[in-house]
Amino acid sequence: MSVVERAGSALRSFGRFWYDFVVGDDWRVALGVAVALAATWGLTRSGVNAWWLLPVAVALLLALSLFRVVRAARAAAQGPGGA
Amino acid sequence: MTTFVLFLTVLLACAVEAVEALTIVLAAGTSRHWGSAWQGTVAALLTLAATVAVLGPAVGQIPLGALRLLVGALLLVFGLQWLRKAIMRGSGYKALHDETQAYADEVAAASGAAQGGRGRVKDWYAFTLSFKGVFLEGLEVAFIVVTFGDNQHDIPVAVLGAVVAVAIVAVAGFAVRAPLARVPENTMKFVVGTMLTAFGVFWATEGAGADWPGSDAALLVVVPAVALLALGYTSVLRRARASGSLRTAHPTEGSLT
Repeated sequence: MSVVERAGSALRSFGRFWYDFVVGDDWRVALGVAVALAATWGLTRSGVNAWWLLPVAVALLLALSLFRVVRAARAAAQGPGGA
Repeated sequence: MTTFVLFLTVLLACAVEAVEALTIVLAAGTSRHWGSAWQGTVAALLTLAATVAVLGPAVGQIPLGALRLLVGALLLVFGLQWLRKAIMRGSGYKALHDETQAYADEVAAASGAAQGGRGRVKDWYAFTLSFKGVFLEGLEVAFIVVTFGDNQHDIPVAVLGAVVAVAIVAVAGFAVRAPLARVPENTMKFVVGTMLTAFGVFWATEGAGADWPGSDAALLVVVPAVALLALGYTSVLRRARASGSLRTAHPTEGSLT
């Protein structure tokens, strides 16, 4: 393996570590949190005290994340043929 | 947030990380070479101390609003991951995290790896396995200590919580020389996930510029609300599984304890 390939591999490992550390295994949750925070910031800047937005977003994001897991489990239980 | 709540939150969060790190070190030491596993552990702790010494003080230089926004968002993402897994385990959609199995898996992987050392390290695999486990879990401990401590302007109490947690886990683990299978890990993860999510919501909202009704007292509502939400989701999923409409391919016994 050349020096360039080793450096590329090390960079990929470094990036994967930080992605796993910060984002985790459901990127949609991380994205949803970022969008909710941006919306809270925007509403607050325009004079709305949007303290309620993030709790609502968290309840929805958690429910959606769980729903995806359940749907995957149900699909696995039914098998590839859908039986 | 009282000093006791800060101490307890940091202690629980750090105890979970310490259990995971200890499992890896025990597996490396038992199956490969204790000396190299110890060297890896010490090297990781020194690297971790140097990392925190360099980066830790920088956290204090960031404006409080920006710090709360950043830290709150990260805690929230971490907390939701923990909470989701705890709910799935509690409702039976995911097998309870079994440290015995994790230990057996690590031992099997370590036993199958090639022998060989470098310099003073007799078994490079045991060294790197311990180093990686302790450094990564330790990094999470350091993150929790620095963020919780800095936000509450009480780093010493956060450090004390982490030190007590690591000491308890280390003493318990090495006393029995076995994975800490009897620690009710899912209960701890449920509590920690709740606390991380609640504080994440609280700090990130403040960091985004909004004001909580009742200021800090809002935490007394946010923490139980997150716990109730998670328990509610667990209950709904458990009932759905029991009704037979959502059986998984590999049914598991759900429990929060």
